[in-house]
Amino acid sequence: MLDTLWIVPALPLAGFVFLALAGGRIPRTVIAFIATATVGISALLAIAIGVTFLGLLPQEASYRQVLWQWVSVAGFEPAIGFHLDALSLVMMFVVTFVAFWIHLYSTEFMIEDEAYGRFFAYMNLFVASMLILVLADNLLLLYLGWEGVGACSYLLIGFWYHDSANGRAAQKAFIVTRVGDTAMAIALFLLFVNFGTLDIQAILQQASESIQSGSLIAVAVTALLLGGAVGKSAQLPLQTWLPDAMAGPTPVSALIHAATMVTAGVYLIARTHTLYSLAPQVMAAVAGVGALTLFIAGTAALVQRDIKRVLAYSTISQIGYMFLALGVGAWGAAMFHFMTHAFFKALLFLAAGAVINALHHEHDIFKMGGVRHKLPLVFWTFLIGSASLAGFPLVTAGFYSKDLILWQAWSSGQGQAWLWAIGVATAFLTAIYIFRVVFIVFFGKERTHVEKLPRRPMTVPLVVLAFFSIVSGFVEIPPALGGRHLFSSFMSSALPSAAVEESHTTELIFSLIASLLALAGIYLAHLFFRTRREHAEPDAGKRLTRFLFGGWGFDWLYDRIFVRPFVWIARVNRNDYIDSIYGGIAALSRGLNTVFSSTETGRVRLYAAGIACGSIILVAIALLL
Amino acid sequence: MILVILIAVLFAGGFLVWGVGRRSPLGARWISLLLLSFNLAVTAVFWVQNHDRTSFFGGAWLADISWDWIPSLGIRFHLALDGFSLPLVALTFLLGIMAVVCSWNEIRERVGFFHFNLLFVLAGVTGVFVALDLFLFYFFWEVMLVPMYFLIGIWGHERRNYAAMKFFIFTQAASLFLLIAILALYFINGRYSGLYTFEYFSLLQTPVAGPTAMLLMLGFFISFAVKLPMVPFHTWLPDAHTEAPTAGSVILAGLLLKTGGYGIIRFVIPLFPEAAKEFAPVAFALAVVGIIYGAVIAFSQTDLKRLVAYTSISHLGFVLMGAFAWNEMALQGSLMQMLCHGISTGALFMLAGSLQERIHTRDTSRMGGLWSVMPRMGGVAMLFVMASLGLPGLGNFIGEFLVLMGVFQTSPVTSILGTAGLIFATIYSLAIIQRAFHGENSGRWHPGDLTVREMSILGVMIVVIIWLGLYPQPVFGTVLPALQQLIASTAG
Repeated sequence: MLDTLWIVPALPLAGFVFLALAGGRIPRTVIAFIATATVGISALLAIAIGVTFLGLLPQEASYRQVLWQWVSVAGFEPAIGFHLDALSLVMMFVVTFVAFWIHLYSTEFMIEDEAYGRFFAYMNLFVASMLILVLADNLLLLYLGWEGVGACSYLLIGFWYHDSANGRAAQKAFIVTRVGDTAMAIALFLLFVNFGTLDIQAILQQASESIQSGSLIAVAVTALLLGGAVGKSAQLPLQTWLPDAMAGPTPVSALIHAATMVTAGVYLIARTHTLYSLAPQVMAAVAGVGALTLFIAGTAALVQRDIKRVLAYSTISQIGYMFLALGVGAWGAAMFHFMTHAFFKALLFLAAGAVINALHHEHDIFKMGGVRHKLPLVFWTFLIGSASLAGFPLVTAGFYSKDLILWQAWSSGQGQAWLWAIGVATAFLTAIYIFRVVFIVFFGKERTHVEKLPRRPMTVPLVVLAFFSIVSGFVEIPPALGGRHLFSSFMSSALPSAAVEESHTTELIFSLIASLLALAGIYLAHLFFRTRREHAEPDAGKRLTRFLFGGWGFDWLYDRIFVRPFVWIARVNRNDYIDSIYGGIAALSRGLNTVFSSTETGRVRLYAAGIACGSIILVAIALLL
Repeated sequence: MILVILIAVLFAGGFLVWGVGRRSPLGARWISLLLLSFNLAVTAVFWVQNHDRTSFFGGAWLADISWDWIPSLGIRFHLALDGFSLPLVALTFLLGIMAVVCSWNEIRERVGFFHFNLLFVLAGVTGVFVALDLFLFYFFWEVMLVPMYFLIGIWGHERRNYAAMKFFIFTQAASLFLLIAILALYFINGRYSGLYTFEYFSLLQTPVAGPTAMLLMLGFFISFAVKLPMVPFHTWLPDAHTEAPTAGSVILAGLLLKTGGYGIIRFVIPLFPEAAKEFAPVAFALAVVGIIYGAVIAFSQTDLKRLVAYTSISHLGFVLMGAFAWNEMALQGSLMQMLCHGISTGALFMLAGSLQERIHTRDTSRMGGLWSVMPRMGGVAMLFVMASLGLPGLGNFIGEFLVLMGVFQTSPVTSILGTAGLIFATIYSLAIIQRAFHGENSGRWHPGDLTVREMSILGVMIVVIIWLGLYPQPVFGTVLPALQQLIASTAG
């Protein structure tokens, strides 16, 4: 069974190739079928492989499959090869599973689009790239997947290219993440120079044997990899591209900019966790980046008007939680939150897409209202997603995963009180901002007429994802609440578990605090955005609101210190000043030509005078020297 | 013998198509296409037959021919092919075919003479890649020049005379340095060994050191650096590339620039290893400047061909950097970069040319939204733009990555700055798509999409660039013995 692993990424890739070559000429149903079926079979295969793999644990904690030797130059020998362990298995499962439901959803969502085939071609290419990213056994292949998903993200953000604003958003996403990727590429050079290989397991093995904790190489490599991770995962200081990326079709936001690609940074750090363990300074930086990001994005989400931008900032914020977990060594907790977040954030985006689609592509929540009567199913599923995101106690997946992160931010070896405090405060904000959307969009009076009701292909994925937004949390329950450790014991075959030495009572108190804050947030949202709805619109005149609305001014700042100077320099030197040097030489010789040719007058007297002057000068020089 | 055939076919074919072209332009096109396809097929068969042969008479040479030419001066007709030349020769014929195909509709006047010039340039390029007698090398070096001058000057665009003249003066002035350096080396070697010869292997033994070596090295280097082109000697390139007909741009960018990179790796460093080593920091600095300078200017261009031209300056900076790092990894990367740049930039020039053929402008500010009317061209352009920004999975990435990782081992700072250049590559590459294909079709263009003729050659390019991106090992395997010999020759 395990040797069919290569088929999992190969199928969507084959789907892409077929759609790219034939997409314009085949009927929509065929396009939809091929795109969805390839991903669906991959998902089934991933499940089957997962079951087989579980049967082999704990004797065999990993499986490797090498397809062919990619490059072999001067001892640099990366292969096209896959590595399966608990970590990549969870990623592979979530990617294929969520992607399948989003594909299904898209078959209806995009039905009126003229470029149906192109859309699904890109989507399939994305799934294939993402699978290569998570399965790669060496960093070069991982980098291929990494850049591949970036390119697909670019293609899909700019999918509706007629509006050049979408194109600009797409460019921004690609360029900003590329800044991070450049740091990552340098990390790869450093790793190769030091370890003579880019094979991930070999590097981790050698590093744990030969590298001292806190040594320069460990710090440099992990800091550079962190650069790549913050780019891809939209963390400080490279988070600015993600809100704009919402220009893409909503299924794209759900799949790429919520569930899968943006968590690649989390995966990268978890994948190379051995290196990070050797660089405590960088670990602290990861936690700090996570904490700051989750707070900044959480506050920005409070005042957005565009429903997708709320969710975008929410995604940045939730990935911040994952970074926070990684930074305190809670590797398993980060992956747990990745999984639950993939389900409930994909759900929120898809449900939001259903609302947007029903309301004439309206994105502004203040032009929505009372939608729950017309779209009851969308309402209930969105509510489940929101509850999960807000960490509604006991019954939602988000509660268990976020609670685990908050608890470990406090209790693990690298945990710190301020990390926990920011996390728990933002959990409170999270409940407010998402239930603000719930109350404004689904309650109150109707403001825009509901036109289109979602049909089966759109509603079924909502129900399935809502189901998983609840039950996926039950695989990991803290001891104080009954205790179940399916996820963490499975993960422990690939990632070390964080050591926790506090009592169960303390843990229970912390859970209680988080739960109460979440409930309080929901109550406050109800108070402000349900009962006092007419005062709910953010006042654009207020400075603080503007500041938060613009995501704390990062775009403004980057525009001034990077974009404008670059464009200015480029414009000033458009005609290439170096060329004018050569132009000058040419002009000079032409000028001299004019001067000298004007001496050729044909007048003998002038010539004679010239000869005389020349002779005198020569004689004078000869005498003087 | 194969080398003589390949070159003779082109020279003889040149005269043939000139004659035929007077009666039947179409005949001239077909004959050129057939001759180049024949050469490509011969090269491909030869490659496949020799792909696992690592040595030939003790060296890395796969084919070798050496006849007396002017014995009294020690000039021989010496052609030889090793694994380093072979992929470049194959590229020459592949891009030659591309040049013929993209001129099919564009060139209407003096078709026979056009193809005569085309085949002669290609003959010169082929000769440059295989000549091992420095006099013969110089001969081929000049053979490339004149027909190219005609290609730009006769069939070029608005400012063709200016561009052709500029091209000629720059390269001719640079060639002068090369000629002087070759002659100086010839005399120094002759005085030392008593045997006056232009033979590459003999000249390799010339005991030249200190300032003399540095001067001679610079003589060779400047000539190749102008061709490469290296900042600040690059300004002939944007004009020549922009004004040349499409086939001219394809050959200039795809092949002529590569002769510069080839010359540095084949001659400059093996002949003067110490001087080159001393000079390496300067070369690194100029390479980095070129990568970033070319990329920034490319971004600001509104003329599509000019934009692509400046990207060449940026991309060839990697080749220069890799050459002076002089280790196996960087050199493999440099060669791969040359091959892939030839294909991807050739394809971009072909696209720019066919766009101009359809909408009669190269001004990107008048374009926009072209994807909606020509999706096939949009898709192909997207692929080659991705190649040019170094997307993994496509060949250019392999080249750039190996260069940067190879350079990192000798000069980490250079490598890091070069890597930063990839950000700029992203900016200008995406700008091409944004300006031409995205946005609203404000010019209300209704051009036809790519034809079957265009798609078939571009399809080949796509297959090759993906192949080089996912399985470049056959090329590395072919090149390896040659590189090892080159590196070994500088070790002692």
